[in-house]
Amino acid sequence: MRWRQAREWVIEQLIRASGISSIVMVVLIFAFLLKEGLAVFQTVPLGDFLAGQRWYPISEPPRFGILPLLCGSALVTGGAALLSVPLSIASALCISEIAKGWAKEALKTGIELFAAIPSVVLGFIGVTVLAPLIRQAFHLPTGLTALTGSITLAFMAMPTIVSITEDALSAVPRGYREAAVALGATRWQMMTRVLLPAAASGIVAAVMLGVGRVIGETMAVMMLTGNAAVIPHSLLQPVRTLTATIAAEMGETVRGSDHYSALFAIGIVLFAISFSINLVADLFLHRTRAR
Amino acid sequence: MRTRPAQNTAATPHWRRARAVQRVAFVALGLSTGLVAVTSLVVVGIILARGAGGLSWEFLTAMPAKGMRAGGIFPAIVGTLELVGLTIAFALPMGVASAIYLTEYAADTWVTRLVRLAIVNLSGVPSVVYGLFGLGLFVIFCRFGTSLLAGALTLAIMTLPVIITASEEALRSVPMSFREVSHSLGASRWQTVRHTVLPLAVPGIMTGTILGISRAAGETAPILFTVAAFYLPRLPQSVFDQAMVLPYHLYVISTQIPNIPQTQRYGTALVLVLLVLALNLSAVVLRARFRRRRQW
Amino acid sequence: MVASDAKMAAQEWSVWYGATQALRAITLDILPREILGIIGPANSGKTSFLRSLNRMGELNPRFRCAGRIWLDGKDLYQGLDSQQVRCRVGIVFALPLPLPLSIRENVVYGPRVRGIRDRRRLDQLLEQSLRAASLWDEVKDRLDLPAMRLSGGQQQRLCIARTLAMEPEVILFDEPCSGLDPISTAKVEETMVQLKSRYTMVLVTNNTKQAARVSDRVAFFLMGELIELDRTGVMFTTPRDSRTNDYLTGRFG
Repeated sequence: MRWRQAREWVIEQLIRASGISSIVMVVLIFAFLLKEGLAVFQTVPLGDFLAGQRWYPISEPPRFGILPLLCGSALVTGGAALLSVPLSIASALCISEIAKGWAKEALKTGIELFAAIPSVVLGFIGVTVLAPLIRQAFHLPTGLTALTGSITLAFMAMPTIVSITEDALSAVPRGYREAAVALGATRWQMMTRVLLPAAASGIVAAVMLGVGRVIGETMAVMMLTGNAAVIPHSLLQPVRTLTATIAAEMGETVRGSDHYSALFAIGIVLFAISFSINLVADLFLHRTRAR
Repeated sequence: MRTRPAQNTAATPHWRRARAVQRVAFVALGLSTGLVAVTSLVVVGIILARGAGGLSWEFLTAMPAKGMRAGGIFPAIVGTLELVGLTIAFALPMGVASAIYLTEYAADTWVTRLVRLAIVNLSGVPSVVYGLFGLGLFVIFCRFGTSLLAGALTLAIMTLPVIITASEEALRSVPMSFREVSHSLGASRWQTVRHTVLPLAVPGIMTGTILGISRAAGETAPILFTVAAFYLPRLPQSVFDQAMVLPYHLYVISTQIPNIPQTQRYGTALVLVLLVLALNLSAVVLRARFRRRRQW
Repeated sequence: MVASDAKMAAQEWSVWYGATQALRAITLDILPREILGIIGPANSGKTSFLRSLNRMGELNPRFRCAGRIWLDGKDLYQGLDSQQVRCRVGIVFALPLPLPLSIRENVVYGPRVRGIRDRRRLDQLLEQSLRAASLWDEVKDRLDLPAMRLSGGQQQRLCIARTLAMEPEVILFDEPCSGLDPISTAKVEETMVQLKSRYTMVLVTNNTKQAARVSDRVAFFLMGELIELDRTGVMFTTPRDSRTNDYLTGRFG
């Protein structure tokens, strides 16, 4: 009995320790990004880092301005969101309100499985299939552009947006729908005037989480956007994103060098962006649930 | 619409226009959904059609040769399986224990709210940032070097939120009354969890774990600086060894080396997709069977 | 004050769930080897009281209590460990709630968690408890079948057997027949009467006739208070309190 109690005490302590492991991990991630990344600000002031227009990490002297990278990420993400959001919401409406029976199940399972395709595979398909199409369609010297990345990322964001939007739609009480239809609205009017507004905060959360996924996406972006670190003027130009910069350059840096810590500093920026997006999205999600 | 009486709507022009708008809107919705579905099918179809030609027994079981332009992808397959196995070994116990803490032990306090916030944020951290973290903590600080161990730990932390969330849901789906019965029979909290709650939650936990793992199996960014070997025509000798892994191998042969035959590339993509889809399908099947068999 | 020969006793016992008070200063004795019936309308606090007797109430995180409960002269909430208490004071719930295990595993669950590993001892407890709950003859050939396959009445007797297997001193019944048909109810009641020679029992019931049939003494609860406690015959023929009379004659509840 004594021995059993001792064993249980140990197990319970382990469970409690694991319980707060998530907090420890978040703190650790942030701490290690800071530890490795802060050093760069001894060479480059924070303002120059964020607003500097040149990213020449291996020139002499090196320039660590991430503005072109921020613009690249914003452009690719914006383009992807523009494509993805309407298509996703349309698909979610279709799945939750119009499709019935096996079609509904097939669409849901299909989207779930599509979400499972690794980003490197989508990047590969983008390189071999989409990029040549883009090059021919717009008569460009290269098919590796912001647009190519945006289209691919739009499809990667879709499963997230569709499934969370669908949850939000199905959480709207039946009574709302019935009341609207009973008042003589068509189903389409019911959807636009009752359903979408009622599910609005869930849909906002869905979009934010989808966008969060796009900003953090690395492999497909690195393979598809051409990786030119210049401030872009159109979607048809090659761009370079924050994530791709880290992935492409980390292998060639010397540990502890300014370039190395500059890449970690980019990591801090990404961490901060995803942290705020998820925080806000979570607030919206809880608003849906509370109601 | 709102103020108009309902009995005379059927014939009015207004109503007819609303019907027409609805028809157009539904067609548009259908087309959008169709576009998404067709594109997804085309992507999968291309991989299947072009990859099938590259698949052969030799491709699956031979070492790469001629600068990866010929031969097989055996070490990458083995490396991926080993990496995934190790990741489960780290992530599963920790994730399940964490979920048990949240459902069975913790009262709703600021600590649990902080834990939930942390989980939400962990699931949103970009995969390449996990790569940086793994590099900083496991490769450099813990001196594991570029190794299976460092990569598996990195992937485990990335998978943790998925496993915790799924396990929590599975544990919560076990009715409260079973816990009460167990307590009434003199069982302690841990005995109740161990003998009653956990066995009933296992299928749900498995489903979530497989889904989390399948995502980890396809990830490239977190392993770029923690495990991946560009070209290593042998199997890893220990957990401290580097390894070739499928996603990174696909990245390498599709962008880093010119003149690789398309069959090699598509073959690798197909193997990776099949692996990931097999994991996902097994999770779907498991979930369906569990729902049918459930006794309460 | 508490009678010295009482098996269990409550003294000024109050319970709250959050801000709502469920029990108000209950004082009563439970004598050895009696069946004490507790009757009263819904929300009268009878179940809360029952769950206080083996410390099940505290599983609800909003549970608060004041006063004392004694078991063989020891303070239930201070001198004893909650698991020990639940082993000595078993409970049978309103609905038959077999765990999703086999018949055998359900019965030996209690002894197992108490640390009994010996196969022969477990088998012996299994047979003995199932016999005492008059279920042995019906299930002895299919002990390894899922308990969920039994009929409702059999499931409830299985739950009694499961409680008996812990070798408790006191057994609490929380409306044990509320989900059963009359024949199953009769069997469960018969079982209870047989068990009286060895156990102290407390029976919470909505069914005043059942209380009259099986209990030795009856307590009437109303809105968290103990209104009246007397021998069954006395209570049902000449209640002292008008509210008891109103309840028994079906004027409310």
